[in-house]
Amino acid sequence: MTDLPSQTTRKLGLVIDLDTCVGCHACVISCKGWNTENYGAPLSDQRPYGEEPMGTFLNRVHSYEVQPETGAAQTVHFPKSCLHCEKAPCVTVCPTGASYKRVEDGIVLVNEDSCIGCGLCAWACPYGAREMDQAEGVMKKCTLCVDRIYNENLPEVDRVPSCVRTCPAGARHFGDLGDPTSEVSQLVEKREGFDLMPELGTAPVNKYLPPRTKDSWDDQSLLAPLLEPVASEATGFLSWLDKTLDKLPGGTA
Amino acid sequence: MHPAPSVIVFTTLSGLGFGLLFWLGIDTSPATGLIAFVFFVIAFALAVGGLVASTFHLGHPERAMRALTQWRTSWLSREGVCAIAALVVMGLYAAALIFAGAHIALLGWLGALLCLATVFTTSMIYTQLATIPRWNTPLTPALFLALSLAGGALLSGRITMALGLLCLAGVIQLGWWIRGDTAFANSGTDLGTATGLGDRGEVRSMAHPHTSPNYLMREFVFVVGRKHALKLRVIALSLMIVLPVVLLLAPFHHVLAVIAVLSHLAGVAVSRWLFFAQAEHTVGLYYGMR
Amino acid sequence: MTFQQPKLDTSPPVSDEVRQTTCYMCACRCGINVHMKDGPDGKKQVAYIEGNRDHPVNKGVLCAKGSAGIMQVNAPSRLKKPLKRVGPRGSGEYEEISWEEALSTAVGWLTELHETAPHKLAFFTGRDQSQSFTSFWAQHFGTPNYAAHGGFCSVNMAAAGIYTMGGAFWEFGQPDWDHTKLFMIFGVAEDHDSNPIKMGLGKIKARGAKVIGVNPVRSGYNAIADEWVGITPGTDGLFILALVHELMKAGKIDLHYLAQYTNAAVLVDGDTGLLLRDDDGKQLVIDRTTGKPTPFDQKGVRPDLSGSYRHAGTTHRTVMALMAEKYLDPQYAPEAVAERCGIPADKIRKIAAELARVAFEEAFELDQEWTDFRGETHKTMTGRPVSFHAMRGISAHSNGFQTCRALHVLQILLGTVEVPGGFRFKPPYPKPVEAHPTPHGERHPGKALAGPHLGFPRGPEDLLLDDDGKAQRIDKAFTWENPMSVHGLMHMVISNAHAQDPYPIDTLFMYMANMSWNSSMNTSGVIKMLTDRNDDGGYRIPRIIYSDAYSSEMVAYADLILPDTTYLERHDCISLLDRPICEADAAADAIRWPVIEPDRDVRGFQSVLIELGARIGLKGFLNEDGTPKWKDYADYIVNHERRPGIGPLAGFRGQDGDQAGRGAVNPEQLDKYIENGGFFVEHIPAEAQYMKPWNAAYQDWAVGMGIYDAPQPYLFQLYVEPMRKFQRAAEGHGDRQPPDHLRDRLKHVMDPLPIWYEPLEDASVDASEFDVHALTQRPMAMYHSWGTQNAWLRQLHGENPLYLPTKLWKKHGFTEGDWARVTSVHGEITVPVAHQAALNDNTVWTWNAIGKRKGTWALSEDAPEANKGFLLNHLIHELLPPKGDGLRWANSDPITGQAAWFDLRVKLEKVAAPSEAQPVFAPITSPVKQGPDELKWKVGK
Ligand SMILES: Nc1nc2c(c(=O)[nH]1)N[C@H]1C(S)=C(S)[C@@H](COP(=O)(O)OP(=O)(O)OC[C@H]3O[C@@H](n4cnc5c(=O)[nH]c(N)nc54)[C@H](O)[C@@H]3O)O[C@H]1N2
Ligand SMILES: Nc1nc2c(c(=O)[nH]1)N[C@H]1C(S)=C(S)[C@@H](COP(=O)(O)OP(=O)(O)OC[C@H]3O[C@@H](n4cnc5c(=O)[nH]c(N)nc54)[C@H](O)[C@@H]3O)O[C@H]1N2
Ligand code: SF4
Ligand code: SF4
Ligand code: SF4
Ligand code: SF4
Ligand code: SF4
Ligand SMILES: [Mo]
Repeated sequence: MTDLPSQTTRKLGLVIDLDTCVGCHACVISCKGWNTENYGAPLSDQRPYGEEPMGTFLNRVHSYEVQPETGAAQTVHFPKSCLHCEKAPCVTVCPTGASYKRVEDGIVLVNEDSCIGCGLCAWACPYGAREMDQAEGVMKKCTLCVDRIYNENLPEVDRVPSCVRTCPAGARHFGDLGDPTSEVSQLVEKREGFDLMPELGTAPVNKYLPPRTKDSWDDQSLLAPLLEPVASEATGFLSWLDKTLDKLPGGTA
Repeated sequence: MHPAPSVIVFTTLSGLGFGLLFWLGIDTSPATGLIAFVFFVIAFALAVGGLVASTFHLGHPERAMRALTQWRTSWLSREGVCAIAALVVMGLYAAALIFAGAHIALLGWLGALLCLATVFTTSMIYTQLATIPRWNTPLTPALFLALSLAGGALLSGRITMALGLLCLAGVIQLGWWIRGDTAFANSGTDLGTATGLGDRGEVRSMAHPHTSPNYLMREFVFVVGRKHALKLRVIALSLMIVLPVVLLLAPFHHVLAVIAVLSHLAGVAVSRWLFFAQAEHTVGLYYGMR
Repeated sequence: MTFQQPKLDTSPPVSDEVRQTTCYMCACRCGINVHMKDGPDGKKQVAYIEGNRDHPVNKGVLCAKGSAGIMQVNAPSRLKKPLKRVGPRGSGEYEEISWEEALSTAVGWLTELHETAPHKLAFFTGRDQSQSFTSFWAQHFGTPNYAAHGGFCSVNMAAAGIYTMGGAFWEFGQPDWDHTKLFMIFGVAEDHDSNPIKMGLGKIKARGAKVIGVNPVRSGYNAIADEWVGITPGTDGLFILALVHELMKAGKIDLHYLAQYTNAAVLVDGDTGLLLRDDDGKQLVIDRTTGKPTPFDQKGVRPDLSGSYRHAGTTHRTVMALMAEKYLDPQYAPEAVAERCGIPADKIRKIAAELARVAFEEAFELDQEWTDFRGETHKTMTGRPVSFHAMRGISAHSNGFQTCRALHVLQILLGTVEVPGGFRFKPPYPKPVEAHPTPHGERHPGKALAGPHLGFPRGPEDLLLDDDGKAQRIDKAFTWENPMSVHGLMHMVISNAHAQDPYPIDTLFMYMANMSWNSSMNTSGVIKMLTDRNDDGGYRIPRIIYSDAYSSEMVAYADLILPDTTYLERHDCISLLDRPICEADAAADAIRWPVIEPDRDVRGFQSVLIELGARIGLKGFLNEDGTPKWKDYADYIVNHERRPGIGPLAGFRGQDGDQAGRGAVNPEQLDKYIENGGFFVEHIPAEAQYMKPWNAAYQDWAVGMGIYDAPQPYLFQLYVEPMRKFQRAAEGHGDRQPPDHLRDRLKHVMDPLPIWYEPLEDASVDASEFDVHALTQRPMAMYHSWGTQNAWLRQLHGENPLYLPTKLWKKHGFTEGDWARVTSVHGEITVPVAHQAALNDNTVWTWNAIGKRKGTWALSEDAPEANKGFLLNHLIHELLPPKGDGLRWANSDPITGQAAWFDLRVKLEKVAAPSEAQPVFAPITSPVKQGPDELKWKVGK
C-alpha cells in the first residue's frame, strides 16, 4: 500500500558533508556498479559508446558556485540521491503500490514487479531522485543499499551503502537519524546539518552539512598578529641570529 | 515538463468525452435509439480513446490494472477507478436508452457525477504536485472541469450552455495563465533553498553532474521561448474559445457546428501542450534553470 | 487497515568468489576486491569491484575510475590480436597477424640494431609501472635512448625534491595527515596519490584543521580549501619567496632544525661558491663551541648558522648568510610581488603569519625517543603541524624546478619536513642524490649499457655528451639545454627523431603512451612527423612498434602493434625498485595477477619483452647455456635478483617466505602475495617513523630492508652544489663548456639558491596580445585518454568546455552555449565555453584529454568527445618561437627539460558556433568494432 507508515522504527539515511566533498564522483560510480549487479533490474545505459550516452544513475554529483556579497566565489560539489523523506510524496502518488516506505527503517523503495512505469513518482519528487530506466521501463531510485546494510553475506564493517564505503574523503555518513544519540545525529547537531527544500514539507531524512566559513582571512583579522621584523637586512639578521643562537639550549648565554 | 503527446491526447480527448457523457447523463429528455447510439459512440470513443492513449507512455502497460489498487492515496489510481466506474454506469445507461428506449434518470445522474469525478481526479493528478507550482492551484481542477463541460455542451449541441461555459472556461484559462507565470517565483523555492546554500550568497549551477543528458533533464527541463508561448496562448484561446463562440452566435449550421467543435478540440490540445511545456519542475533548479 | 509491504531478501549472495589484486585505472595503485560470479558461459566473470580495506594505499575506498573497472576490462575498444599495418600510417588500416609473425618481425628489426647500432632503437614507455624492468631491458639492449614519461609529466617535482631533500611530493611522500593542523596545497587537481590525498583531506576536515589552496582554479581539493589563493599561473615561486622573506625577516624559522639537519650552517667557499669540505669530502661547518671548521656529522657539533671563516684572504660564509642576503632583499617583499602574483600583499603577510603561528606556537612533542646520526639521543620528537603538498601546477612551468625548490626551502625553514605534523617521506625515500646513480649513455654495439640510463648529474662531468659535444641521447637529455633532465624528455623524442638531430634512428618502440594525441605538445605537428616521408618514399621515422591494450589514437601510427592485456588479465609488480606504494610508516609493494583470463589473443607486454630479449639474444635475458632466463614476467618477478637477495618484490622472501626486503628467491612468492590480498607491508618501527634522514634507527631498518646498502644520513641541501657547478661552467670554469648561446641562461637559472624567473613563454611572446593563461586539469573521474572508452565514466566527462572567469566572460559578452576561438603563438582552436566565477581573472582552463579523434576508442563518429571535446595540446608547441639568433629553445624547463604545459598564453574571441570543435582530423579506420547501442550489465542471474 502507498499509505506512508505513521512512523518508522528507525530513520536510516545519509549525512553528506559539503565541507569535505571534493566532487570526485566515486560514490556515483560505486553506486552504479553495485546497483547494476544487485537490486532489481540493471541500471541500463543507452548509446553507451555513441552520441549522447544516457544511463540510469541513482546518485549524481552537481557542481554549484556561491557568490557572496563580498569576496571570492566558492565552489561546492553537491552529491544528491534519494533523501528517504518521511513525508515522501513519491510514495503516496504511486497508483500501484510499487513505491513504498519501509516501516522498520524508513527506506523508500520501488517494488519493480508492480511498477507500471507511469513516472508520476518522479514528478512528485522535488529532488530528482528517481530515474525511469529506459531499458526496463520501471522506476529506479536509491535503495540505501538495503541489500548491503543487512546482508549477512557481507562482513559486519561492510554493511553500509556502497557509496559510503567508497567515498575517499569520508564525506558521506550513514546511520539512524531517528536516534538522537547516533553518530550521524550528533554530527548533524554539531555541524548544523540542514534539509533541502524544507518549505515543501517532505521532511527528508538525509541531511547536508554546510561548508565551513571560507576565505575568512580576506576580511577578518587572524588569530595571529602580523609578523614583527627582527631585522630589515642581512647584517642585522645575522647579528640577531648570533644572539638567538646563544639563547638556544646549549648556547653560551 | 516534457509535453508527452500521449498525455496531451489523453487529457484532451477524455476531457471532452467525459464532458459529453456528463451532459448525456443529465439529459431530462434524452434521445433514444440510433441518435443516442451515435452520441454515446462519440462520447465513449473520446473517453476510452483518451484513456488508451494514456497507457502509451507507461513502461509496463500490461500491468495497468494494478493502477486501480491505490485509490486511498493516489489520484492517478482514483482517476482509473472513477473512469471505469463512469464508463460502466454510463454504459448501462446508454444501453438502456439505445436498446430498450428506457431512460433510467438515476443511473444517468450517477454516471454524470462519476464523469465529473473522473475529470476532477485527472486534474488532481497535476494539481497535487507541489513540485510544479504552476499546476499546484485549485484553478487547475476548475480549468479542467470548465473545459470538459464546455466541450461536452458544445459537442452535445447545448448552444446557450456552451456559450456560457466557454466564456467561463476562457476566463479561468486566462486567470490560470496569469497566476502560473509568477507561480514558481512566488513558491519561495529556488536554487538557494534547493541546495541550502542560499544564505551564503547567490547560487548558480556551474556544471551538470554528467556532461551527458539524463531522464530527469529530458522529463523536467523543457523550455519554451516567451514570445513563442504568447503566440501559442493566443492561438489556443482563439481556437478553444473565441472561434467556437463566434460560430455559435452565427446562425446555426451543421458545418459551422462541426468546425466549432474541431476548433475547440484543437484549441484545448494547444492549451494542454502549453500546460506541460510551460510547467517548471523544482528539479529544473538543480540543473540551473531559472 | 494494517500497513503491508513486500517481503524483501536483504541478504542476497554478493558473489561466488573475491579475488584481490591491484587497480590500474590510474597510477595510484589501490588494492581492490574483485567480486566474481559465474557468467552465462560458466566462466567466472567480474561482477563488482570495491576497495580492499586492508590495503595500505586506499584502505577500502575506491575512486570513480576504480569502481568502473568492470566497464574497462569489457570495453569494446580492447585490441584483439597483433596487428600489421597495411594502409599508410595514420589510416588505421591493419591486418591481424599471429604472435609468431609479430614477434619474428620485431626480432628481425631489433637484432640487427642491437648488434650494429643499438642507439638507433628509441624505447620509450609512458604510463609504465614496470620501469625497473623496462629500463633493465633497454640497458641490456644497449641503447642510450630509454625513458618513461616523467619528462613531460612532473620531473621538476621529483628532481627539485631529490636534489634539495632526497625526496619529493608526487608519490615520494605525504603530509602527516594525523597530526597536521595547517595544510597548504599548491597546484594540485588530483595527483597520483588520488585516494590517499582525499582520505587525508577527509581526516583534516574531520578535525576541523585548515586547508589553504593555492590554485588559479577553485575546484576539487581547492573547492574545500578554507582559504583560496587564486594565484596567477607561473608566479608561485615569487609568492613562496615572499613568504620566505617575511618569515626570515621575522626570525620565524627553525634555527635548531636548520643548524642540525640542513646545510644552512655549511660554509660556502668565497671564491668558488662550492661547499667547503674536509679531506674525506665531509661538508664543513663552524662549531659554535670551538669556533673551528668541523665536519657536519661529528658528535656534539653545534653548527653555527651565523658563523664565517676567514682563510687565505677569503671569507667563507654560511649558506644561511647567503640566504639572508638574497631573501631579505626588498624585491621579495609582499608589496613587490603582490601584483604579479595577483595576491594582495596583506594576504601574503597573513599567510606567513599563520604558517609561523601554527609551526611554532602549535608545536608539540611526540613522546618518542630517538637517536640521530651523530649518536645523540633525543627524548622526544618535536612536531610542527604545518604541511605542504604540490604537483604539476608548480612543476609544469619552465620555472618549475626553481619553484619546487623554493617550496622545499620554505618547508625546511619552518622545520616541517620529516617531523610529526609535517611532510613525511615514503620508503624507499628519503634517498639523497649520493644514493642515486649518475646517467649512462655510452653505447657499444652488441653490449649492454654500463649502467642505468637515468640518474642524477652531480655536475658537468655527468652530462651525456660525445667528445664533439653532441648529445648521446635522441631526446637530448643531460645536455646543456637541460642538464638535470633526470627523467629524460619523452616529449622531444618524435620531433628529434624526425629532425634526425642529434642523429637518425631506425625504430621507435613505444609502450602505453598516446603520443599522437593527448600526451604530445603540438599534436598536429607530431602527426605530420610520424607520417612524413623521405625522398625515397620511406618514412622519416622508419619503423614504429607500439604496445597498447586499446584502440587509441597512437595505434594508427605504428607499423606493428603488440596488443596488451588489461590490468585484470596479467601479472604486474609494483616494486620498491620502481615507484612503490609505500606509506610514510611502512614499506609496501604489490602485484597484479590474472583474476580473469583474456578472451582475446593478447599478451602481457612485459612477458613479450622477455621473449623478445631472449630471441634477440640480450645477455641479461639468457642463461649461460643460451636458454631463456625467464619464461614470462611472473617468472622474472619471482626469480630476478638485482643484487643478491634483492628482487622486484620485497615480501615473503627466503625459502619459507618469512623474510622481508632481503632474502633468497621464494618460488611460492606470488601465491603468498595472493593469499595476502595482493600486497605486502612491512611497518617501520616507532622510533624510526620520523626524522628518517637523520634517524639511526630508520637508517638501520632501511639497510635491513635492502633500501640502502649502508646507512645514508645526509643534510638537506638548501644550497645545491651541483647547480653551482653548472653555473661555474657557464662562467667559463672547467673543461666541459656550454655553447655560448646558453651561457647567460645557465648562469641565471642554475642558481644554487631558489630564484624566480618569468616563465619562458611570457618572455618570448607578446603578453599584451596573448593576455590570458590557459590550463588543463585532471578530471578526478577520468584517466587521461583512456577513461573515454569506459561507458560509465564517459557519461561524466564526455565533453570539456573551456571555463572562463567572470571578467573575460563579460568582456567578450559570452552567454551559455557560445563558442570561442582560442589562439596562441603556435595555433588556434575553436571550442565551447562555460562560465566559472571561482577562477583567476586572467586564466581559462579545461579538462585534460577529453577530446578524441573520430574512429578511436570504439566510439561512434558522432560521439561528443570527437565533436565537442577538444585538446589544448594543439596550442602548445615543443619549441618556443624563434628568437633573435634564429635559435628555438625547447618549451621546457631549462634545468630539467620538464615540458612547460602550463606556460601557455592565449587570446580569446567570440565566434559563431561551428558544426564541431576545431581543428578537425580525418577519422581513423577503427581496428575494433564499435560498442553496442545499449548496456544492461548484469553478470549474476
Ligand atoms: N583522475 C586522474 N588522476 C590522475 C591523472 C588523470 O589523468 N586522472 N593523471 C595522473 C598523472 S600522469 C599526473 S602527472 C598527475 C598530475 O596531477 P596534478 O598535479 O593534479 O595535475 P593537473 O591535473 O595537471 O593539475 C594541475 C593543477 O595545477 C593548477 N595550476 C596550473 N598552473 C598553476 C600555477 O602556476 N600555480 C598553481 N598554484 N597552480 C597551477 C591547475 O589549475 C590544476 O589544478 O595526476 C595523476 N592522477
Ligand atoms: N594539455 C595537456 N597535455 C598533457 C598534460 C596536461 O596536463 N595538459 N599532462 C601530461 C602528462 S603529466 C602525462 S603523464 C601525459 C599522459 O598521457 P599518456 O601517457 O598518453 O597517457 P594516456 O592518455 O593514459 O595514454 C596511455 C596509453 O596507454 C594505453 N593503455 C592503457 N592501459 C594499458 C595497458 O594496460 N597496456 C598497454 N600496453 N597500454 C595501455 C592507453 O590506451 C593509451 O593509449 O599527458 C600529458 N599531456
Ligand atoms: S565520493 Fe565522496 S567526495 Fe567523492 S563526490 Fe561522492 S561524496 Fe563527494
Ligand atoms: S527524495 Fe524524492 S524519491 Fe526520495 S523519498 Fe523524497 S521524494 Fe521520494
Ligand atoms: S513509476 Fe512505478 S513506482 Fe512510480 S508511480 Fe508509477 S508505478 Fe509507482
Ligand atoms: S545508498 Fe546505495 S543506492 Fe543509495 S546512493 Fe548510495 S550507493 Fe546508491
Ligand atoms: S585512484 Fe582510483 S583508479 Fe587509481 S588506482 Fe586507485 S582506485 Fe584505481
Ligand atoms: Mo603525468
